[in-house]
Amino acid sequence: MQDVNQFKPKIVAFCCNWCSYAGADLAGTNRLQYPADVKIIRVPCSCRVNPMFILRAFQRGADGVILCGCHPGDCHYTTGNYYARRRMTLLFSMLDYLGIEKQRTRVEWVSAAEGAKFAATMNEFVAAVTQLGPNKRLEDLRCKN
Amino acid sequence: MQRIGVFVCWCGSNIAATVDVAAVSEALGHEPGVVFSTNYQYMCSEAGQNIIKNAIRDYQLTGIVVCSCSPRMHEATFRKTAASAGLNSYMVEIANIREQCSWIHKDKAQATEKAIILGRAAIAKVHLNAPLTAGESPVTKRALVIGGGIAGIQTALDIADAGFEVDIVEKQPTIGGKMTQIDKTFPTLDCAACILTPKMVDCAQNDKINIFAYSEVKEVKGFVGNFHVKINKKARYVDATKCTGCGECTEKCPMKKIPNEFNLGLDNRHAIYIPFAQAVPKVATIDPNACNMLKNGKCGLCAKVCSAGAIDYKQKDEIVEREYGAIVVATGYNPIKLDDYDEYAYSLSKDVVSSLEFERITNAAGPTGGTLLRPSDGKHPHTLVFVQCVGSRCSAEGKGKSYCSKICCMYTAKHAMLCREKYPDTEVYVFYIDVRSPGKNYDEFYRRAVEEYGVHYIKGQVGKVVPRSDGKLLVQGSDLLANEQVHIEADMVVLAAAIEPDKSARPLATMLTASMDTNDFFTEAHAKLRPVESPTAGIFLSGACQGPKDIPDTVAQAGAAASKVIGLLAKDKLTCNPCTAHSDEMMCNGCSSCEKVCPYGAISYVDKEFRMPNRTTAIRRVAVVNEAVCQGCGACTVACPSGAMDLKGFSNSQIMAEVDAICKM
Amino acid sequence: MQELMLAKAKELLQNGTVNRVLGWQAGEFVYDITPAVFESEQDLDAGFVYNEFCGNNLSKYLIKESRKEGKVLAFLKPCDTYSFNQLIKEHRIIRENVYVIGVPCEGKTDGETLKSKGVKGILGAKSEGDELIIDTLYGEQRLSKRDALTARCLTCKSKKHVVYDELLGEEGEEVPENHRFEEVEKLEAMTPDERFAFWRGELSRCIRCNACRNVCPACSCEKCVFDNPASGISQKAAADSFEENMFHIIRAFHVAGRCTDCGECSRVCPQNIPLHLLNRKFIKDIDAFYGEYQAGEDTESRAPLTNFTYDDVEPSIVYKGGKK
Repeated sequence: MQDVNQFKPKIVAFCCNWCSYAGADLAGTNRLQYPADVKIIRVPCSCRVNPMFILRAFQRGADGVILCGCHPGDCHYTTGNYYARRRMTLLFSMLDYLGIEKQRTRVEWVSAAEGAKFAATMNEFVAAVTQLGPNKRLEDLRCKN
Repeated sequence: MQRIGVFVCWCGSNIAATVDVAAVSEALGHEPGVVFSTNYQYMCSEAGQNIIKNAIRDYQLTGIVVCSCSPRMHEATFRKTAASAGLNSYMVEIANIREQCSWIHKDKAQATEKAIILGRAAIAKVHLNAPLTAGESPVTKRALVIGGGIAGIQTALDIADAGFEVDIVEKQPTIGGKMTQIDKTFPTLDCAACILTPKMVDCAQNDKINIFAYSEVKEVKGFVGNFHVKINKKARYVDATKCTGCGECTEKCPMKKIPNEFNLGLDNRHAIYIPFAQAVPKVATIDPNACNMLKNGKCGLCAKVCSAGAIDYKQKDEIVEREYGAIVVATGYNPIKLDDYDEYAYSLSKDVVSSLEFERITNAAGPTGGTLLRPSDGKHPHTLVFVQCVGSRCSAEGKGKSYCSKICCMYTAKHAMLCREKYPDTEVYVFYIDVRSPGKNYDEFYRRAVEEYGVHYIKGQVGKVVPRSDGKLLVQGSDLLANEQVHIEADMVVLAAAIEPDKSARPLATMLTASMDTNDFFTEAHAKLRPVESPTAGIFLSGACQGPKDIPDTVAQAGAAASKVIGLLAKDKLTCNPCTAHSDEMMCNGCSSCEKVCPYGAISYVDKEFRMPNRTTAIRRVAVVNEAVCQGCGACTVACPSGAMDLKGFSNSQIMAEVDAICKM
Repeated sequence: MQELMLAKAKELLQNGTVNRVLGWQAGEFVYDITPAVFESEQDLDAGFVYNEFCGNNLSKYLIKESRKEGKVLAFLKPCDTYSFNQLIKEHRIIRENVYVIGVPCEGKTDGETLKSKGVKGILGAKSEGDELIIDTLYGEQRLSKRDALTARCLTCKSKKHVVYDELLGEEGEEVPENHRFEEVEKLEAMTPDERFAFWRGELSRCIRCNACRNVCPACSCEKCVFDNPASGISQKAAADSFEENMFHIIRAFHVAGRCTDCGECSRVCPQNIPLHLLNRKFIKDIDAFYGEYQAGEDTESRAPLTNFTYDDVEPSIVYKGGKK
């Protein structure tokens, strides 16, 4: 059973198939630890991630959502992450504008070779979200158990 | 409702040591829709695969989830396993419980809990999976090469050599391109014509190669394997099937003061002309802007002297429609215009010339018969100054280009060396920023110019060239190494002009939906790993249209592009990626947002009639995805405000089902 | 102006240039204006008005109208022409089927604004310089434009039409500086807690009547994602605070880079939620991050969200308070 005093955040990580998902695999191959709170969803490209998915995650109880894609210039589909970059910049800015903690959302470019960066990013992100505590401002009470 | 089987792999102890695999298969067995759940030591082994195959048959599974290593490792394996048991291979989902679970966690309870959640997410997704079949499209076994310079020629020859038909479209009256204008080639100093013209003849004689000279591509439709292209054969006013290339007409034509493009205007040609003796095809062309007969209906001399009866003043442009499986862009480059470079007195003095003009002046087939004479007075020059990087490596704001034109260092060394060799009485100076000579035998070549031929290399830029009334050119520059001003009284100044993509490249890129960079060079599909392919499937890049290149690099890339084309044309059918975008036409607004973000030009629009209430119909513009071209990135799905666009295999509902499963405790 | 417009409309109906007219119609009260299509001179005489209350943006109606038989005459105010252009760009309006007459606008008022300033029994209003003269049951009242105009007109973006076939009256001028981001900046200056409290206070009043969506020229989807059970986010009513937020965030995001800032959303909101402040935040961010962009100014440019540059700002800019 979980220790009730210790808050364990739920983190959804969207990873593009070509760079970041491979980077996450590399973190595994190199046995680089990061908290089990992070669950990865594989998408073909960072540009596949709809703002709706991020809101949906918060609705269903996520405490943090992170999007990882190829570094700008390295997109497998040449331009996908450039569009993702604009979309996420504007979305995050809007969430901040609505007073929702901006530290709950993040974009990080992780290449297939950056297993260490992937693990470090996840450790950092989980620590930041843990400090914020449970997501209250974008929760859907009906989705809580 | 799907009937789902769950297969949890131990991966020996790789997974089983940190994840309680029995607990995982037990827990997942209770998930809705799961009718079979088991675990096994090595799912990817033959025995493991047999467990999956048998379960598919015994339990009539409609979907399977394998909890194992990364899908990047064995997704393909398990898809094949499913297919061999009669289950659509896209009904397989992998929960990555090794790289993203057992290998990164030490606490067994936590790792087991996470493995269950990842399994649930995969089950939730597979519930919404639909069988997908990879489409096929036929391949037209013919290639189009746009541009007939050395890049296009080499690509065409290589493709033809593999047994496929190739058409070359060249906008000039002859193929050959820039290389025909060059005198000698570095680093070996063999003559360009000697190595190029045999290849031009090969093209003409190869029965697999069809040359559309004096022609331009007007329209490109279709997609990889199935391009429909309209080619405009411009009117030459000469029947190419009758013309023997004897040249009688070109000598008799009274309009003889037309600047000769081939010699960059250094001498004149007639209104009817053949660019040079080795032109391919060797057919005369009438310049409609110069010919008195075409302009005023008076003259007709060429028709009188043509014994073959080839002159046809009534000839019209002709549109040819052809089908191709692949298109190679080989549109090449041009030196930039130097008219704005008043500091070098380019427009003020005839003796300030560009490097390409200098090639013509030193070429045995050029206006001076290969004798180095200055253009202003035809005298032999004694002091020559070469200026490098004219318009190259400039700041982004000013005139000129930000990039290095790559070829100038080497051809300048060649020019300087040839001057000194043929005319030992000359003094030759080269002003340079850096000398860039990486390439086989290149640095040795440059050093020979300095060490053996005594060319004076001065590190620094020329500030000003001032033509003096006595015909001398006063060159003021700075020598950065000696830290002093240099003044040279020169007879000729040669400017190494930056090179830029041909002007026809951008409209062509639009027709091809191929992407370009800000300098109008075509972009490659991947800068390192796919250097001769455009991101648009079926479009390949050859030569300087992709970036500045010298002849060896161009020929190498031309061959590489050809091999990619051959690989494509060798297939009878192309298998398409089944995870493509598709648009629900009932919801599509036809707003064009998706088309704008598609890197492949896979989306087009049609006007479609819809049934409306009260027996009326309405016509709406709706998006259509070409599945043969779509690569499945999903950019369009987010650009679409109405949610009409979705991606098979990674649909909105599938991804949200995964989100839900992960967020549920 | 109304007479001029009526005469023009009749002329174009008569000579067959158009077969119907899209304009404004008075309701029970003079300030109770609704958009309407007039098919004959009699219809026009019976109902057509153009006065200080005709704030409605008519562009969106042209999506449907331009798809019908024959040509429709549309009277568009300067700010309406931006929406019109944007819809042309998105292939939603068939341009050939619309005859656009640009009409001048000195800023509009509405019943609510006037009542909030204590004006009662409104019978009519006319603009005179910097003042609005209101005819009431209790005699004439004068209000300065500053007090009388609707909030969105006080931050008018331009009095110049960006597209028209013909102009009536004098063409207005561009507005040099409209300070339209002042309210957004005020919110940005607050702490996250204050912002959260502010928006909760506003958005919790949302009754999901969909008026903002229905009036918005950018929200013109054949089927809205919120009405589509397959989208995974369909919701007919906002059940809790999350859904209130969700609806307005997604709505603002879907129109980001396409919203011309016409302000209709806030105008029609029965709960007086300042919805334009969401759209304006996106506009302000787009201007700051990607260069100034006015949706609807032209029909060619790429919208900011279907465009990029290689050196765009990173999303982490949000952690730095949006400063480059």
